[in-house]
Amino acid sequence: MFSEYTSSELVSIFAMQGFAGLILFSVFVLMALGLAIIFGQMGVINMAHGEFMILGAYMTYLTSNIFSNYLPGFYGIYFFIAMIVAFLAAGSLGALMEFSIIRHLYKRPLDTLLATWGISLIMQQTFRSVFGAREVGVTIPDWMMGSVPLTEMVEIPINGIFVMCLTVVISVSVYFLMYKSRFGGQVRAVVQNRPMAGAVGINTEKVDRVTFGLGCGIAGVAGSAFTMIGSTGPTAGQLYIVDTFLVVVFGGASSLLGTIASAFTISQAQSTMEFFLSGSMAKVLTLLTVVIILMLRPQGLFSLKIRK
Amino acid sequence: MSIQSIREFMPKNNLVYFLCLALLIFVVFPLSMDIFRLNLIGKYLTYAFVAIGLVLCWGYGGILSLGQGVFFGLGGYCMAMFLKLESSDPESTKIQSTPGIPDFMDWNQITELPWFWEPFYSFPFTLLAILLVPSIFAYIIGVAMFKRRVGGVYFAIITQAIASILTILIIGQQGYTGGVNGITDLRTLLGWNIRTDSAKYILYFVNGVLLFICLLVAQFIRKSKLGRLLLAMREREDRVRFSGYDVSNFKIFIFCVAAAFSAIGGAMFTLQVGFMSPSFVGIVPSIEMVIFCAVGGRLSIFGAVYGTLLVNWAKTTFSESFPELWLFAMGALFISVVMAFPSGLAGLYKSKVEPWLIQTYTNIKRYYLERNGTRPAESGETL
Repeated sequence: MFSEYTSSELVSIFAMQGFAGLILFSVFVLMALGLAIIFGQMGVINMAHGEFMILGAYMTYLTSNIFSNYLPGFYGIYFFIAMIVAFLAAGSLGALMEFSIIRHLYKRPLDTLLATWGISLIMQQTFRSVFGAREVGVTIPDWMMGSVPLTEMVEIPINGIFVMCLTVVISVSVYFLMYKSRFGGQVRAVVQNRPMAGAVGINTEKVDRVTFGLGCGIAGVAGSAFTMIGSTGPTAGQLYIVDTFLVVVFGGASSLLGTIASAFTISQAQSTMEFFLSGSMAKVLTLLTVVIILMLRPQGLFSLKIRK
Repeated sequence: MSIQSIREFMPKNNLVYFLCLALLIFVVFPLSMDIFRLNLIGKYLTYAFVAIGLVLCWGYGGILSLGQGVFFGLGGYCMAMFLKLESSDPESTKIQSTPGIPDFMDWNQITELPWFWEPFYSFPFTLLAILLVPSIFAYIIGVAMFKRRVGGVYFAIITQAIASILTILIIGQQGYTGGVNGITDLRTLLGWNIRTDSAKYILYFVNGVLLFICLLVAQFIRKSKLGRLLLAMREREDRVRFSGYDVSNFKIFIFCVAAAFSAIGGAMFTLQVGFMSPSFVGIVPSIEMVIFCAVGGRLSIFGAVYGTLLVNWAKTTFSESFPELWLFAMGALFISVVMAFPSGLAGLYKSKVEPWLIQTYTNIKRYYLERNGTRPAESGETL
């Protein structure tokens, strides 16, 4: 399959596809980070995670509409406001959900799966009733348009670079939050031993709620970033949820680094194969490989070595 | 087989449940509905096969599979391939550029029947394939997962991924599978037109009989030592393992049984509805099938049937009159079943209806006995 291209063409194909893969990687990482916190740290299967992302995307859409109608002069910076709005909206809804439903189901992980699936259906229909069934897109501010030419054949779009930088910033801040801050220490303490964490004075219920809200909030930011590279529909979340779960499981559920590594592997494999095979076959092959690897190595790529 | 073992296999109250369900399916529905509605009920009952399988594998075994749609689809596609080959003989497809192959292959510029379609010319092979293909597939998944002690949440996610892979594959390989439309326009089974009203009646009853065979198999498993072991495994897997049982083999077996049940349902679905498409394979239908089982009560094989009928009936009614409300209702159903009624309809029946029935029965009995001048019966007598 490589024979019909010259070597310089192959290099640029790999570079372009690699870059497209990096954008996919950014979306995967942002979605998977939130899920890795919720699923990996708390053990809750949040099937509504995709819908929280779409909530973030719709919040960005709303903010951009408000800015273009009332504050056209500041349109260039609306995205940063939108991200905060998306984070707060998704995060507070997530915390509410934890308080009203998930809290009662920590001992029955398979049941959280069904309950959150129900929530995802309700959210989908709400999006459809409020924003309409058609896909919506935002207008990207001028400074994000265009692309940077690297060589004659390789061009890199600016919005892609922006999304990647955003991903790096968020990943680094999540790392510091989880591993260097007091709050992160509390979260990990609760995960490792709930009764002991409670005994030393950590309010475990509050930690649960904030952690869950944080995971959902990051999903909201992911949705916000998602609007920069694609349009949003009410059911778009469902398309990503399985991929995201696979990313988290493949990376080893309790390791943030593993999540990032596996998001990188999966997205690069998929986008490189996409050029040579049809899109659907590329996806089938990628998912199949991941599933087979998971069957051989159920604990994922990176796993904590602990006694169970 | 002694009377004792028959009693153990089928306690009196279970016999009553069986008879009630049989009365409903074989007498009440056919008499009270026209053929269009009856055909719909028949379609719902094909999902009940999946739900019964889920009771065994999720309720008893504690293995939540979110990929039962895969097996439903495999069974359905096997049947659909046979029917499609029969309806695309060279005579009726002579306007195609290659007569004698299914129409969607012709549209996709495929000129030769693919090798895996060839055996489906034979009806006995098709029947075998409907049972064996999904079971073997389930066996492979089961061996890969359960031998490595992967279970619970991970198993659910991986089965979900498999459902997603199969859907993408079917949609992507349009020339071989009919793509997103599925395999449509199925007319005859061994020369017998399946689209007439009388054929629909016959298929409905065949479907009902098959459902009862599956129910009896499920009842047998439930009452056997295997059923008790499954329950024990669900509660304390390690202890069962330490008692010397190979836990994974039981899990694999029950997963294969559930897959075979789903496949029978899928095949009957194809026969009664007249097509098969990837929209019954993916994640969304698979999770819906779990909710049928959860609404009925995850530990009751009868509850699964009633739950399937009820949810589907509600779905049809809602989506006919208030399509936008249906997803809200469905979402609320998921949440309330999990939060408020973890044991579903069967649990409600056990805690509310059954005591009332027993009380009424005792009262009536006492009333008659008193009128006849004999001593009142002990109130402990049950149905």
